[in-house]
Amino acid sequence: MSGLVKRYGAKPAVDGASFSAAAGAVTAVLGLNGAGKTSTIECCEGLRRPDGGTVRVLGRDPIADGAWLRPRVGVMLQDGGMPQAARAGDVLDLAAAMYARPLERKELVATLDLGSRLRTPVRRLSGGERQRLALAVALVGRPDVAFLDEPTAGLDPQARLVVWELIAQLRRSGVAVVLTTHLLDEAERLADHVVLMAAGRVVAAGTPGELTGGSDRTLSFDGPAGLDLAPLAPLLSAGIAATEVRPGHYVIANRTPEAHLLPGDVAATTAWCARLGIMPEGLVLGRRSLEDVFLEIAARQSGATQVIGVVGA
Amino acid sequence: MSALELTVPATTRAEGEQERAAAPVRRILAQTRFDAMAMLRNGEQLLLTVILPLFVLAGLARSGVVDLGEGRRIDLATPGVLALALISTAFTGQAISTGFDRRAGLLRLLGTTPLGRSGLIAGRLGAVAVVSAIQVVLLGAVGLALGWQPQLAGLLPAVLVGVLGSAAFVSLGLLLAGTLRAEAVLAAANVIWVLLLAGGGVVLAADQLGPFGDFVRWLPSGALGDGLRVALTGGSWPWLDLLVLAAWTAAGTLATMRWFRWDS
Repeated sequence: MSGLVKRYGAKPAVDGASFSAAAGAVTAVLGLNGAGKTSTIECCEGLRRPDGGTVRVLGRDPIADGAWLRPRVGVMLQDGGMPQAARAGDVLDLAAAMYARPLERKELVATLDLGSRLRTPVRRLSGGERQRLALAVALVGRPDVAFLDEPTAGLDPQARLVVWELIAQLRRSGVAVVLTTHLLDEAERLADHVVLMAAGRVVAAGTPGELTGGSDRTLSFDGPAGLDLAPLAPLLSAGIAATEVRPGHYVIANRTPEAHLLPGDVAATTAWCARLGIMPEGLVLGRRSLEDVFLEIAARQSGATQVIGVVGA
Repeated sequence: MSALELTVPATTRAEGEQERAAAPVRRILAQTRFDAMAMLRNGEQLLLTVILPLFVLAGLARSGVVDLGEGRRIDLATPGVLALALISTAFTGQAISTGFDRRAGLLRLLGTTPLGRSGLIAGRLGAVAVVSAIQVVLLGAVGLALGWQPQLAGLLPAVLVGVLGSAAFVSLGLLLAGTLRAEAVLAAANVIWVLLLAGGGVVLAADQLGPFGDFVRWLPSGALGDGLRVALTGGSWPWLDLLVLAAWTAAGTLATMRWFRWDS
């Protein structure tokens, strides 16, 4: 997919986004609400006609080659797309009837723990059950590519683990899985490739390791919101920046691949806190998480939170 | 979990299109069955498609309050009630179910399966045909039991009027469902059904509606009701009504293709 543009009215929802997803890998499209994730996925599914750029799925155009692609692509929509009055089992049977070699209903249902709910109308399923039914519908045709829009939204932790395991199994089977999520731990845990979107653009992409800087250390702590970080900047070593990624949560991390957090940076930060009379609650020296990266980028995009002390970035 | 074969084996992957999707006929029949069952299981739809037409039939046949025009009451009432039942299924029922399926995202989702949008439409038309056939058999049997004597020569033209009339009303129902919010579709489809029952030339011939009748006979409801009455009481071909219904079908289909939105 390259240079994708999708407009609703004058405002572009997707503004020149490009990425690719490999077979046998999970690609996670991350972003805040309104970042353009769903519009992007819907262009890939052939549900929306792009206003610009090129989308290819399995080498084909989602709209012109829709008839060829539809049996090969499994789709889970964000809103589910389930008829409310129909029984869950009937919906699954309907989806299965569209394919020459659908999955065995019994096994799929057992895997997703829907066995006891097949005679229940969709509207009386819980949110999590509806999600799992939508996932079953997406996978029943044994697709080569699966587009899953927020597959674990509204799931309890146990159900989420089941879905994660199923997605991992899809990857092992050679399926190209493209999912959207705003759960960063989900992306970090599942994805081989992460695409970070903001305001309709891809702002960062790579493996979770590449995005988080692999083994780079970070320092984070909680304190009063809105601390003036300007006096701290000159105390840190070159390439190290302090960021208030969300109100009251501060991250000290490198801004360039060459820079590394040094013991002196830890000392400087705690000393600075001590001078201000602030207790750095939850002070943690650790690896940068995808959440840190995401929040830093989101903070830079919105300009709402302060980023101070960027040297060489 | 290891029992799940999530993908198609690579050897069969190369075999091409036909091997991955089910045959088109099978896909459309699955959708027809699903939609027909949904219509027959839905209590409100049954009320509209079967129960109320039965009440109207019994009421018109047994009481003389409403003047149906020249001829035996049951012979005039049954074609009108058949027209009403066809409108219930083709127009009101389709509009409401499609409107809510559209809001639920079902239309978009099915558009991404091998069924596709054309298969979805074909399946729904099949379901309308199945349910309409059930209605005609049921209401026709009650009519016969009440003494209805249809002209056998009019059966073929009546079937044609019924099919064209249903086609016209499906296209208009889908137009409504694809352009308005689900709640607005629900309200509009029900109100229009009541208006057509009262003065749309459905159970009451356009002739019986005074000066208003000259307008009503050009409506799809008037053409469907009058066409069925002409065919089944006179045994003749209602050419003008067939023409009117064909024009409405063409206009409704073109408008639906132009303005129907798959998402909400």
